[in-house]
Amino acid sequence: MDITLKVWRQTGPDDKGGLVTYDVPDISPDMSFLEMLDVLNERLNDEGKEPIAFDSDCREGICGMCGLMISGEAHGPERTTTCQLHMRSFADGDTITVEPWRADPFPVIKDLVVDRSAFDRIIQAGGFITVNTGAAPDAHATPVPKANAERAFVAAECIGCGACVAACPNASGMLFMGAKVTHLAELPQGQPERMSRVVSMVAQHDAEGFGGCTNIGECTAACPKEIPQDVISTLNRDLRSALRHQS
Amino acid sequence: MATTTSPARATKARSTTIALKLVMAVTGIIFALFVLAHMYGNLKLLAGESAYNTYAEHLRTIGEPMLPHRGFLTLMEVVLLLALGAHVYAAFTLWGRARGARTQRYAVKKAVAQSFSSKWMRWGGVFLLLFIIWHLIEFTIVKVNVGGQSVAGDNPYQLVVDSFQVWWLTIIYVVAMLALYLHLAHGVFSATQTVGWTGNAAAYRRAQVTGHVMAAVVVVGFLIPPLAILFGLVK
Repeated sequence: MDITLKVWRQTGPDDKGGLVTYDVPDISPDMSFLEMLDVLNERLNDEGKEPIAFDSDCREGICGMCGLMISGEAHGPERTTTCQLHMRSFADGDTITVEPWRADPFPVIKDLVVDRSAFDRIIQAGGFITVNTGAAPDAHATPVPKANAERAFVAAECIGCGACVAACPNASGMLFMGAKVTHLAELPQGQPERMSRVVSMVAQHDAEGFGGCTNIGECTAACPKEIPQDVISTLNRDLRSALRHQS
Repeated sequence: MATTTSPARATKARSTTIALKLVMAVTGIIFALFVLAHMYGNLKLLAGESAYNTYAEHLRTIGEPMLPHRGFLTLMEVVLLLALGAHVYAAFTLWGRARGARTQRYAVKKAVAQSFSSKWMRWGGVFLLLFIIWHLIEFTIVKVNVGGQSVAGDNPYQLVVDSFQVWWLTIIYVVAMLALYLHLAHGVFSATQTVGWTGNAAAYRRAQVTGHVMAAVVVVGFLIPPLAILFGLVK
């Protein structure tokens, strides 16, 4: 299949950047989106041009490193990561626009690569949890009700790819943060610092410059791990509890 | 076992975006309850002139003699005005934050999950604010009778009936009620989510349905009197 790409090219953080059009002929429908970009990059290399910079690591949909805005949808038309998106999801002759995540807290480093350290700083702001270190405790030493364990697992599926921020009209990081907060809030180990953690994380989220949530749901629709909207409700409730308990 | 723990950083929960959202939610719930009561009061119009005017007068005497004349009404006006100020302030602050969070826009961006009501939340809110200002000038502050006839004395029933016999005024109100439907449908759900009562999939879905049901009840109730007047069912 033959496709036309319009790719965001930007030489560095201070470059203005712009969309550049490339014809990419003879693509196998079984290639992943990133493999298609690899093919294009090899050609650009052969032509002595600068290849397109993009992030990727595991290429099996679990690390959260890749992430592209593909024709206006985070990770493209399928509900998966960009590396697990295949060219069969497109039609022969399609024109595909490829842009980096757009959010001021995610500055573009080069081409399609953005700096997502803001997420790391939100996690860091969450701080430690109080557990005994030393020998690993028996698995059944701290019982966790099944429903709580399952919800914690659902929240823990978040891979921090940033698609929620990219898809959100407000560039809000609430789904990501809601997943992290809910993950620990559902478990006994997360209880001692539950209130201080949510306040610190939300304060960091705001300081990074993310927008507020308007409960629109674009984030969940874009999330390759299908993190549900109700984690944001848990985040809001915990912040409200913190408001009552903190002067 | 001695452990050292550093104290949590002195960040204040009340200066966060979520606190602003809570302000939106709580003031929004006040408005939602108010429009329900307001809608119910308007329906009194169907019971005839004396019933409606008695109701209007009763609003001024609620709580007497414990409260002074117009005491309850004044209190309600003050609460609503403060709530409006807080709602608008929080909305514009959050709007500004959201704009600042993405200064470089996408060349192509698709809306995948966004509902029509959520899409119109901000501009619809601005429209409703302008409408409320006009509505207050028309029926409370100046009592403009767009119907042109002079109303003898203080007769709210006549003022309402005269006004809604003017077709273009009724159209303004119908459009405003459609905007109110959209704002309430997403707003009621969104407030529920913001206060944190939707911590599972079923509750989340329930809140969405509640938003639409509440919006439908309010808007249909509000539209009955003006349309009845326009079509000559109430004179």
